[in-house]
Amino acid sequence: MEKTLFGFIWRYSKRDQIILLVLTAISFPFLYLSLDLPKTIINKAIGGKDVPEEIFGMTVDQIDYLLILSGAFLALVFVNGGFKFYVNVFRGQLGERMLRRLRYSLLARVLRFPIPQFKRVSQGEVIQMVNSEVEPLGGFVGDSIALPAFQGGTLLTILIFMFVQDWMLGLAAIALYPIQGYIIPKLQWHVNQLGKARVRNVRVLAEKIGEAVSGIEEVHANDGARRILARFTERLGVIYDIRYEIFRRKFFIKFINNFIAQLTPFFFYSIGGYLVIKGDLTFGALVAILAAYKDLSAPWKELLTYYQRLADSRIKYDQVIEQFDPQGIWPENYQMAEIESDFNLAGDVSAGNLSILDEESQPIIEKLSFDIGKSEHIALTGPSSGGKDLATILIARLLAPDSGQIVVAGKQIGDLPEAATGRHMGYIGPNAFVFNATLRDNILQGAMHRPMSSEEELNEDLKNAQLSGNSLDDLGAEWLDYNAIGVASEERLKERLTELLQVVDLDGDVYSMGLRSTLDDSDDDRRLEQILIARQKFRERLDKSDISDFVESFDKEVFNSNASVAENLLFGTPKGDSFNLENIGTNTYVLEILQKVGLKDEFIRIGRDVASTMVELFADLPSDHEYFSQYSFISSEDLPEFQTLLARAERLGLENMSTEDSDRFLSLPFKLIPARHRLDLITEDIQKRILEARKLFAEEIGDELRDEIEFFESGYYNRYSSIQDNILFGKIALDKANAIGEVNHLITEIIDQENLRAVIINTGLDTQAGLAGSRLSQGQRQKLSIARALLRRPDHLILNDATSSLDSGSQTLVMSNLLSEMKGRNVTWALQRASLAEKFDRVLVLSGGQVVEDGSFKGLANKKDSAFNDLLREE
Amino acid sequence: MSLNKEVEVLRDVPLFNKIDHTKLKLLAFTSENLTHQDGNFLFREGEPGDAAYIILKGKVSVFIETDKGPLEVAELKRGDVVGEISILCDVPRTASVKAIESVQTLKVTKDTFIHLLTEFPEIAIEIMRDLASRLNKTNIQLRAALTN
Repeated sequence: MEKTLFGFIWRYSKRDQIILLVLTAISFPFLYLSLDLPKTIINKAIGGKDVPEEIFGMTVDQIDYLLILSGAFLALVFVNGGFKFYVNVFRGQLGERMLRRLRYSLLARVLRFPIPQFKRVSQGEVIQMVNSEVEPLGGFVGDSIALPAFQGGTLLTILIFMFVQDWMLGLAAIALYPIQGYIIPKLQWHVNQLGKARVRNVRVLAEKIGEAVSGIEEVHANDGARRILARFTERLGVIYDIRYEIFRRKFFIKFINNFIAQLTPFFFYSIGGYLVIKGDLTFGALVAILAAYKDLSAPWKELLTYYQRLADSRIKYDQVIEQFDPQGIWPENYQMAEIESDFNLAGDVSAGNLSILDEESQPIIEKLSFDIGKSEHIALTGPSSGGKDLATILIARLLAPDSGQIVVAGKQIGDLPEAATGRHMGYIGPNAFVFNATLRDNILQGAMHRPMSSEEELNEDLKNAQLSGNSLDDLGAEWLDYNAIGVASEERLKERLTELLQVVDLDGDVYSMGLRSTLDDSDDDRRLEQILIARQKFRERLDKSDISDFVESFDKEVFNSNASVAENLLFGTPKGDSFNLENIGTNTYVLEILQKVGLKDEFIRIGRDVASTMVELFADLPSDHEYFSQYSFISSEDLPEFQTLLARAERLGLENMSTEDSDRFLSLPFKLIPARHRLDLITEDIQKRILEARKLFAEEIGDELRDEIEFFESGYYNRYSSIQDNILFGKIALDKANAIGEVNHLITEIIDQENLRAVIINTGLDTQAGLAGSRLSQGQRQKLSIARALLRRPDHLILNDATSSLDSGSQTLVMSNLLSEMKGRNVTWALQRASLAEKFDRVLVLSGGQVVEDGSFKGLANKKDSAFNDLLREE
Repeated sequence: MSLNKEVEVLRDVPLFNKIDHTKLKLLAFTSENLTHQDGNFLFREGEPGDAAYIILKGKVSVFIETDKGPLEVAELKRGDVVGEISILCDVPRTASVKAIESVQTLKVTKDTFIHLLTEFPEIAIEIMRDLASRLNKTNIQLRAALTN
């Protein structure tokens, strides 16, 4: 990275800067002409002196001459404006390109930071620097050379023009420049220092914000919010003081500048006026000079501003660069170099004399040596700071040792590019990270290292990326390395993913997620057909069993007492918000339908009864009682209001209440589920009329609302319901003991019988993992990360306490699955618990950064006073 | 069975006869009304317990597993409460309970049950009395078994 801002600018925008300079130079003669022309117009055309008799062979009189000159003036205005426009656009584009380049190279450097660097630089700071701090640099880069050239040139042109008119006036115009040139930088220096301090403090604030967000649980659990806020306040206060001081000083500089700028016209009026009166200067020339002076202040101001920005940008650049150039940053080649297609790392691992020093240069690991066979399964055990975790990180080459070397399959891994270790090894640490994408994408990332195909010709976007020195890899290309995974087709890939899920014991979870998901739009009709068959088979099986009444199927003509009144009325799945079940009671179309079948008054009456039951049951509970959220139809805040409404209804009678009042009751019956609530309010007659309403609702629905709901149809797949609901096509009976368990059991049976399990797992893989995998448990995240590493069939699988969040049953299963999956290939596993090492070929005990014992599980366990035995006993 | 009918059944239960109508209705409303088919288990010995059952209709058999096979220790009917031990002292189910005809119960979750006891100490006393008498009975049986 270039050490100075101008080094960066010159290296990457030389050509463009020169073009800008040339363009600027060409524009000056036109500028000069546009300054000179007014004089000619006033003196010759208007004054009537020296009107030429003919121009371009045409005879002209004074008026023609005036019009021609004015026309020429107008043309010059266009030409000057055109130049400005073109130069500005060009400059802007250049600035944006350079900003993009700068950001990209900073990001690329972040990816090359040695991993311990991330202990020193916080996420908040990096984001702050890459996003905000470099932003003004982009604008400056465009201006860096062209602006002083253009404005300086303009200034010079105008000055030359002035001097040509009258050297004294010219001198007057610039008389105060030296003073400005002396005072302003002095004042500016202080502002610059403050600017530096501001950047530093904003960065600290960014870091504090990042810290508060990451540690939010600790903040709340320790009632630390007020202290955090006080800390923010302190920091904001410091920033405020600095900014205020900057403004004060900036405006003072502005004041001085303005004052001096206003002083100059004083000379013009006095000296210029004197000269005109004396006849030494034509009136036209004075007017032209005054006009020119007006133009003079703009470039002068720009130059002064430029000077300030220059200082600012230099500081920013230096401060940012400093942060992105840590010691030991990996060379670019490390990441970008490709490996031969037949490259592999299948072979022995041999570590010799490895040492790692901590921040105080004290050794954490000293002269660690070990050998691991090509297909051995090795358990690393030992006390928690004994070095077993560091050993795995070293083998995976996520950390370079301070001395010593690791040789894998005859190759020094320190010399290999990341392509070698990242594709032929698999490392999973304890903090398995899951990205905010689907489960599938998270696993597939394990074999997406580079685009597998590249177009001969770069597309438009990539051409632009090239101009900014960005990555030329097409994100839209196929990145998945099918060879590494060992499958030839997409269909086989799906099977492989299912296998991997089984290996890491995640298939059950993904299956459940799939059951609760809706099918993807891309799923073909064959799938839908299969699920419809499952629906049919499910019902048949149910009818043959003695639990046939455990599911109440949807039937267009029958009221479903295990569904809510709202669900019975809609008889479909809402797609958008219009028919959201929560506030269906306020939907105008629904109310219109109720009115038509004469249910509106009934609903008000039922609503009144519901309200009265709720008031009876819940009125004397404390308002924060959990029953309100769990059972009540009316929240504790609304309860008093309903009490008043009920009293009013009692006094006036329902029919005499205002509609506004009675409508408050109207929305209550929608939530009633007769089989659960058992209030006997939805009588057979009401049910019959709700069925009428259901029919009318579907018949009269307009085109607009038609798209807001997917109706239940016995022969059709409902894309807006989950797979499970589609198979069920009804409601599980709420009043039958064990109904949920029995029904789920039957669904699973049908799914296996119809070979739908793979389809459902495949759908489950499309579940979003959430921000940093937040929708998954830590155990699920660990499993997913293991699957990700296994996908590419690594020669070495290195696990660092990678199953710590799994329950012990699952841990044992995953371990034995992994060991058999990796048969013939190396597994090196740092274990927290020594007893888990039993299934491994060999056990290494690391303590104090040294291998203290090395042998089989049995051998070490039987040796009486082995360190390994101590570990076993301590558990 | 509607809520009001359930409340009528509850009123006949000695345990609840001092509780007012509204509170019984709340108990019923916050509990599930379940039908158990003849021969089905309400729960099995050793399972974790999260609810007690009030029998509204039908009969259940309470039995424990012994070396010689299942041993029936009680038969319960309408108005009886079963399964309260494991939610009172957080132990697994101490016995199995099976429906011996079509049975209807009110499934009272642990939270609701505790809520009931704290609000109505008289129910707690009734339950204590019931448990104490069962303990007494067990003691007598134990003494008889030991002297034999």
